Amino acid sequence: MSVLAHRLREPSVIPGFGITLGVTLTALSLVVLIPLSALFLKAAGLGFSDFIATAFDSRAMAAYGLSFGAALVAALVNLFFGTLVAWVLVRYRFAGKRILDALIDLPFALPTAVAGIALTTLFAPNGAFGSVLEPLGIKVAFTRLGVILAMIFIGLPFVVRSVQPVLEDLESEVEEAAASLGASRLQTLWLVVLPSLLPALISGFALAFARAVGEYGSIIFIAGNMPGQTEIAPLLIIIKLEQYNYAGATAIASVMLIISFVLLFVINRLQHWRQSRMEGR
Amino acid sequence: MTSNSSRNEPLLVRGLLILVALTYLGLFLGAPLVTVFAEAWAKGPEIYFKALGQADSLAAVRLTLITAAIAVPVNLVFGLCASWAIAKFEFRGKSLLMTLIDLPFSVSPVISGLVFVLLFGLQGWFGPFLAEHGIKLIFAVPGIVLATIFVTFPFIARELIPLMQEQGREEEEAALMLGASGWQCFWHITLPNAKWGLMYGVLLCNARAMGEFGAVSVVSGHIRGLTNTMPLHVEILYNEYNFVAAFAVATLLAALALVTLVAKSLLEWRYAAELNSVKRA
Repeated sequence: MSVLAHRLREPSVIPGFGITLGVTLTALSLVVLIPLSALFLKAAGLGFSDFIATAFDSRAMAAYGLSFGAALVAALVNLFFGTLVAWVLVRYRFAGKRILDALIDLPFALPTAVAGIALTTLFAPNGAFGSVLEPLGIKVAFTRLGVILAMIFIGLPFVVRSVQPVLEDLESEVEEAAASLGASRLQTLWLVVLPSLLPALISGFALAFARAVGEYGSIIFIAGNMPGQTEIAPLLIIIKLEQYNYAGATAIASVMLIISFVLLFVINRLQHWRQSRMEGR
Repeated sequence: MTSNSSRNEPLLVRGLLILVALTYLGLFLGAPLVTVFAEAWAKGPEIYFKALGQADSLAAVRLTLITAAIAVPVNLVFGLCASWAIAKFEFRGKSLLMTLIDLPFSVSPVISGLVFVLLFGLQGWFGPFLAEHGIKLIFAVPGIVLATIFVTFPFIARELIPLMQEQGREEEEAALMLGASGWQCFWHITLPNAKWGLMYGVLLCNARAMGEFGAVSVVSGHIRGLTNTMPLHVEILYNEYNFVAAFAVATLLAALALVTLVAKSLLEWRYAAELNSVKRA
């Protein structure tokens, strides 16, 4: 063991490498890696044509379309408003700013089921917001718009929290230099501030998107859950499970997982590439 | 903050941006939070407390507390081991290890529950073996605990690793040279240095453990009084149109969320310097 450990790591006087890494790897394998590989092994055992038939039937396709489409819209909304909120919180002074700043993390702390029933009550036809929107012809609860709204709630902190520290660290000299060289405020924001925020924006967007795609608790109450219409992919997995259709649930879950992993990987690479390019200049 | 004219927008623009930010946060964060308490107390305190005092509600509270009491310490031990191995040693495959630890973040909660059904459910890999020996994991408390550990797995490690990496290993090395044992080193140097980051991680881990819905929903079986956690109980009550009771239980979870946010903000304000690396990670 010690020979192996020496080959794998640099020597150090600090003890406990073997035991802590051992516990880490054991826990990781038992809790995360073995269960996740069980999913893929089960999917692999389905057989190619069975897998395609269950994973890509029309109901499943509609569910992926809704989960990924609505998550994209929600993440874009959060990208815009999240940047705005981060800007306001970092740059301006106003009463209640600290409370607002603390409140940003509410979607992390509030259980999703609670958020789900609260949003549904607000936007139901007789709810506080729903009763105002309904006469205008805007239906939120039990429609796709409701799904998007719940996803906006759940993804709200990500962009704010990834942009905020970068904005705080941004040196004022750069903006001042741009201004003294004759750039207008909008030019400065677009050409100087925005490019330095870009990596943070991308990662905030990606995290909000990934969270919204997999989200279940806050959505199912407000969605209405009509097959093919307002049925999200995670719900379809649960429905298949309740019908004891393990193969179907597994097929849909593995499609979702693969798409999420590929997306995160691409975004991760993109960010690395950008960062190394920025540092190279 | 430098309030230089070249870094500041006109008063009107500033006011408008603050207003937009306040409206956005009020709509998506403030309104749902207020709704939870308003709906719970809509029929008066007597009905509120009666709803909370029901045997099923109390059983749900108890199960949620038990689940968190197991999941949080397990993840605490794992987090400490992982951060010790990763922060105090250089070894090959470190970044892969960190990616794998983060994996549960990008897995849908529903899929997190599904993998345990595939392993331990009646049709699962170990299902027949477990059934033969009369062990029930799925649709029972152990399954709920397992799914919760999976979902909250990265929380504490994720806070500790960047913090301990930032603090380096000089202090530990010095103590070891002076003859301290590995344990003394850990208890008297590493742990005190990391205590606020540790608390931060425990706080977030606990909030998620108590509030998890999707993953737990898949493995619980929803047996009232036996395998219902608080978030699941909220769902059942809501679906039975017992809105006051649903929101009454929801107030407990919302209160937990608020306490978490307050404690988290206090930690961030008091120990900003110690936690800086965490916020930036």
